[in-house]
Amino acid sequence: MPYHYSLGVQHFHFADLKGLLAKASPARSGDYLAGVGAQSNVERMAARYCLANVPLKDFLQDPVIPYEDDEVTRLIIDSHDTASFSLISHLTVGDFRNWLLLASTTSQVLASVARAITPEMAAAVSKIMRNQDLISVAKKCQVITRFRNTIGLPGCLNARLQPNHPTDNLQGIAASLLDGLFYGSGDAVIGINPATDNLSQLSELYFWLDDFIQQYAIPTQTCILTHVTNQIQLIEKGVPIDLVFQSVAGTEKANKSFGISISLLEEAQAAAHSLNRGVLGNNVMYFETGQGSALSANAHFGVDQQTCEARAYAVARHLSPLLTNSVVGFIGPEYLYDGKQITRAGLEDHFCGKLMGLPLGVDVCYTNHAEADQDDMDNLMTLLATAGVTYLMGVPGADDIMLNYQSTSFHDTLYLRQLLKLTPAPEFASWLMKMNIMDSQGQLLTVAQQHPLLKTMSGVI
Amino acid sequence: MAHAMARDAVHIPLNVQSLSDAMHERQWETLCVSSRVKDRHSYLLRPDLGRRLSDDACTRMSEYKPQEPIDFLIVVGDGLSSSAIANHSIAVIELIKCHFPKDWIMGPIVCASQARVAIADEIAWIWKVPMVAILIGERPGLTSPDSLGIYFTFNPSLESTDADRNCISNIRPQGLSYEAAAKKLIWLARQAALLKYSGVKLKDESDITMLNG
Repeated sequence: MPYHYSLGVQHFHFADLKGLLAKASPARSGDYLAGVGAQSNVERMAARYCLANVPLKDFLQDPVIPYEDDEVTRLIIDSHDTASFSLISHLTVGDFRNWLLLASTTSQVLASVARAITPEMAAAVSKIMRNQDLISVAKKCQVITRFRNTIGLPGCLNARLQPNHPTDNLQGIAASLLDGLFYGSGDAVIGINPATDNLSQLSELYFWLDDFIQQYAIPTQTCILTHVTNQIQLIEKGVPIDLVFQSVAGTEKANKSFGISISLLEEAQAAAHSLNRGVLGNNVMYFETGQGSALSANAHFGVDQQTCEARAYAVARHLSPLLTNSVVGFIGPEYLYDGKQITRAGLEDHFCGKLMGLPLGVDVCYTNHAEADQDDMDNLMTLLATAGVTYLMGVPGADDIMLNYQSTSFHDTLYLRQLLKLTPAPEFASWLMKMNIMDSQGQLLTVAQQHPLLKTMSGVI
Repeated sequence: MAHAMARDAVHIPLNVQSLSDAMHERQWETLCVSSRVKDRHSYLLRPDLGRRLSDDACTRMSEYKPQEPIDFLIVVGDGLSSSAIANHSIAVIELIKCHFPKDWIMGPIVCASQARVAIADEIAWIWKVPMVAILIGERPGLTSPDSLGIYFTFNPSLESTDADRNCISNIRPQGLSYEAAAKKLIWLARQAALLKYSGVKLKDESDITMLNG
């Protein structure tokens, strides 16, 4: 269905909803790479005015990618919660923004409509929201998940400990792991991006990690970020896997380029459930996403990258994950050119994910070929922590020596917890106190040379 | 300083002449081509152009068409770190040649500038080569401005996607050794030739097979 908007003597024509969404999107290199971005600032503003008048119901009648062609669209439409949609079904995109900002639209109300909000609705409303709107609405959304601890409680800032090593050297991994734990990182997950795809090496790593957290009774979960088919095979071989990881995207074709489908993810979830390793809950999946992944796989179908990203959250939401994070600056400058674009995208992703009911964390990051630096990361992590982001990454020195990108450090999480009076997950905080790593005020303690955790290092050496 | 070195690795162009001179010294046949990208700024913003050969390169490749059928092709591409190629590519190719199956024919080494990974699939597709590996500069990290990656595709075409490729990453003295990378690549190629596919379905079980075999 075409859309029109008149601004004085100028008339703007938008061929369909996906075209309108793309033109209304804040400027970013990926949308220009795809040839879908607004051609002028005036066209962008006209598209936003026009989008504000679009009824939310239109998004159900005019999917951005046809129902027949794409299993993600089918998932979005078939799983739409029509009962709770009745609360917001009369609204336009503009009304929806105003409604989200009302004080009477509380955390409970937002949770009750999460499954009535399709990715396209979330993306659309974000495009007419300024950064402070994205922060204040996301802050109201509460998404709580559980495995061996509780993720996403108000007043908490969780962290993924990411002890990657370029050759999966156990000594190197152990050093980063202990460094992170002594900084209070690792309550979201201890998650390694391995250099290897080799199944027997992966298996060794899983057993080593599992032994480690059992030995010290650490109330957290582990994950190794290898392809989902590897993890299914390893579960079948009896390898102890807590969380199953996979990168997901917002179109069937993009997921196919990752070698996955929704049914494969369902199979993986069932495999992880069969191990029954969760103590407090059964959220067994961990997903990563990022704007630009669909375009990168040449599978965006003319849909802008932020809308594609929100569609990836529909895939994630279907599998009730413990954790999902956007890796916002990872993909490079052809999608998000500089610090400004990365910052905006990080806030949009967090808002859309939370609004749709996902436990959204953000890997606040950049690559060395983007126009960004550590100050941009400081800004974005502080904004996101203010917005109630579920978790951030913890990498030694903020420099991932395996994946070659700049993320956030253990110290960054500490800075934010102290600045904004946030705590780790309660079960993990108790463990940190029991281990004499943190005191009851959340202050880090000096680690004694004979600290029991340091035995691990001597074992590995 | 580390950030500065990483930034330079991205922006300093690959010296194609000295690379191909070094290859000629070793009696290796080479062909130099470039992608459709004009400069570094557009390289960063237009990965689609970096994945495709320039018209001139297509013509030259067609003219150069080798006489005997090639089994395996090596492409060298600058990618995001010219220093990775300058520092490591020759040594890695020497070892690949060392472990290369005797009954396979390796084509000339194609040096591609302003290249993204997928350019190798087009290069191999033009010459109808069933297996291709591209050695390419990975995006630079603070402690690793010169990390090399290898992407391998069986039956490459313009339709090949990431799911069709196997990746060996972080090749440099402080990371994965040249020897281990070369062995892994040949293992993957032998398996792919047997199974007739590469990518996510082709699992790296090289150590098991090497132990058993």
